[in-house]
Amino acid sequence: MATTHASASAEPTRRDFLFIATGAAGAVGLAATIWPFISQMAPDAATIATGAPVEFDLSPVAEGQIVKLFWRGKLIFVRHRTAAEIKAAQETDVTSLRDPEADSARVKAGKDQWLVVYGNCTHLGCVPLGNEGAFHGWQCPCHGSVFDTSGRIRQGPAPINLPVPPYAFTSDKAIRIG
Amino acid sequence: MSGHSTYEPKSAVGKWFESRLPIMGLIHSSFVVFPNPRNLNYFWTFGGILAFMLVAQIITGVVLAMHYTAHADMAFNSVELIMRDVNYGWMLRYLHANGASMFFIAVYVHIFRGLYFGSYKAPREVLWILGVIIFLLMMATAFMGYVLPWGQMSFWGATVITNLFSAIPGVGEVIVSYLWGGYSVSNPTLNRFFSLHYLMPFMIAGVVVLHIWALHVAGSNNPSGIEKKTSKDMLPFHPYFTVKDAFALSCFLVVYVWFAFYIPNFLGHADNYIEANPAVTPAHIVPEWYFLPFYAILRAVPDKLLGVLAMFGSIAIMVVVPWLDTSKVRSGNYRPVFQIFFWLFAINAVVLGWLGSKPPEGMYVVASRICTVYYFAYYILVLPLLGLFETPKSLPASIADSVLGRGGSGSAMASGAASSPSTKG
Ligand code: HEM
Ligand code: FES
Repeated sequence: MATTHASASAEPTRRDFLFIATGAAGAVGLAATIWPFISQMAPDAATIATGAPVEFDLSPVAEGQIVKLFWRGKLIFVRHRTAAEIKAAQETDVTSLRDPEADSARVKAGKDQWLVVYGNCTHLGCVPLGNEGAFHGWQCPCHGSVFDTSGRIRQGPAPINLPVPPYAFTSDKAIRIG
Repeated sequence: MSGHSTYEPKSAVGKWFESRLPIMGLIHSSFVVFPNPRNLNYFWTFGGILAFMLVAQIITGVVLAMHYTAHADMAFNSVELIMRDVNYGWMLRYLHANGASMFFIAVYVHIFRGLYFGSYKAPREVLWILGVIIFLLMMATAFMGYVLPWGQMSFWGATVITNLFSAIPGVGEVIVSYLWGGYSVSNPTLNRFFSLHYLMPFMIAGVVVLHIWALHVAGSNNPSGIEKKTSKDMLPFHPYFTVKDAFALSCFLVVYVWFAFYIPNFLGHADNYIEANPAVTPAHIVPEWYFLPFYAILRAVPDKLLGVLAMFGSIAIMVVVPWLDTSKVRSGNYRPVFQIFFWLFAINAVVLGWLGSKPPEGMYVVASRICTVYYFAYYILVLPLLGLFETPKSLPASIADSVLGRGGSGSAMASGAASSPSTKG
């Protein structure tokens, strides 16, 4: 494009240089202008601020019960597992899983009865129903993903296990999420 | 859109204006004297119906927006207030909600018309692709509109559809949080969806202008699929097609208002009258009926990423149809074998829609897979191969012949009425 008049010589001209320099500066300017319009889509400061850790008291949660709570607008399941549920989760052959993870890696050491996982199906985000499905963990009403009592994906389209959110025990009967 | 016009303003003011902005001439040449093939059947009236529906959605929508509140805490109630308190609010909302369904009925008829009569073939490829773009924009608009009442189906539909993007390897999660403006579907999501739902119909209107521009370059295809030979093949848009379009539109409107007034919730879901609850997903979440075939394709594939790709691919593949179909003959009327595959394809699409409304288990999954395979095979195998192997029936000599009989040169029917079609384009 820029060589219209310089067909005789292959040497780049000063005009070529100006053309490329102008184009490059324009491209940078355009990108810098577009960026704020994309960046504004991201979670805003107020939304991020709600990511502050939340305390949760486990004492009212009876054995066999699943409670739901929200952290950063995301649903979290806290499941007080029965002995049978723990046993089923631990005795599963890890190598047979789609997303191989031992039960021990998904709970805190010595707190086998407490399973804390995100409550949205890893397929497309529906809320799986507790104590349903072939493995008595969860079953998703949307496209049929089945999770076991460790929240691991066993059947259906979901690609990975229900993730474990960052949390720690602050005492024997309380956790802090975040 | 049509070249130079034959329009002569009568009044002095008209002449003064026309010499400064020749818009009346443009309208005159595009919608009054514009020559159309004389054999157009009622499938060709759906373009006009679609234009009407777009305007109807914009008018009812802008009025609804005067009463609607785009906030997660208030949206659901504001829609109930529209239903109960606003004068005729119930009517405006039902016209808008059912209008979306009618819009899709019309666009599906319009698309299948194109597929059957080969309207996507040269020289109408760009026209066809603009149509596919309109279809995509319509789907995005309707999806975002359905989120606005903030009921349970709104919320979980939004969750499932936005999560489709999480299937993109690596950046998927980031993209989804940018779509949400948070860590889940929430107030920022509702706000931006309202903004975009307001914007996109006007983008559609813009693409419609291009669509009609491209249409008026090549002119309409017709049931015989052959191009115009002489002016005898054509009739002027007004009064022949304005009247035909108006009659078809009237019939269509009867169906539309019948839905809106007598069975306004027939096509909706009762769950959407429950306010959005991020902790509970309804037992059966299904999209609106017009998305069901694509939803069935998504669920037919057991892998998340591949399922999402198949779903988007099922729409994207329409873009390349003009190059997949190798047949020299345009119209399905003259392609006996094609007709079989075409009607199978049409039935297949309806069955896919039905399967999309069923729970994803057992036989339904198997059937969805078979139908998904046929859906793609039609485009990828049938259209390219059939054009090479099929022997079409012999074509009529001209458009006029196809309607007036073989020797049809001497018909009394307004044979000279087409206005100088040689100047079009
Ligand atoms: C391509 C044209 C359009 C389509 C297909 C469409 C579709 C939809 C759909 C399916 C709904 C949900 C209806 C329900 O179940 O309640 C909706 C709601 C809504 N739309 Fe549209 N729409 C269109 C144009 C517009 C325009 C131009 C506006 C102008 C602002 C608008 C404003 C609204 C509002 C305020 C609502 C929420 C109230 C309600 O739910 O009835 N729409 N739209
Ligand atoms: S969202 Fe759970 S299976 Fe699809």
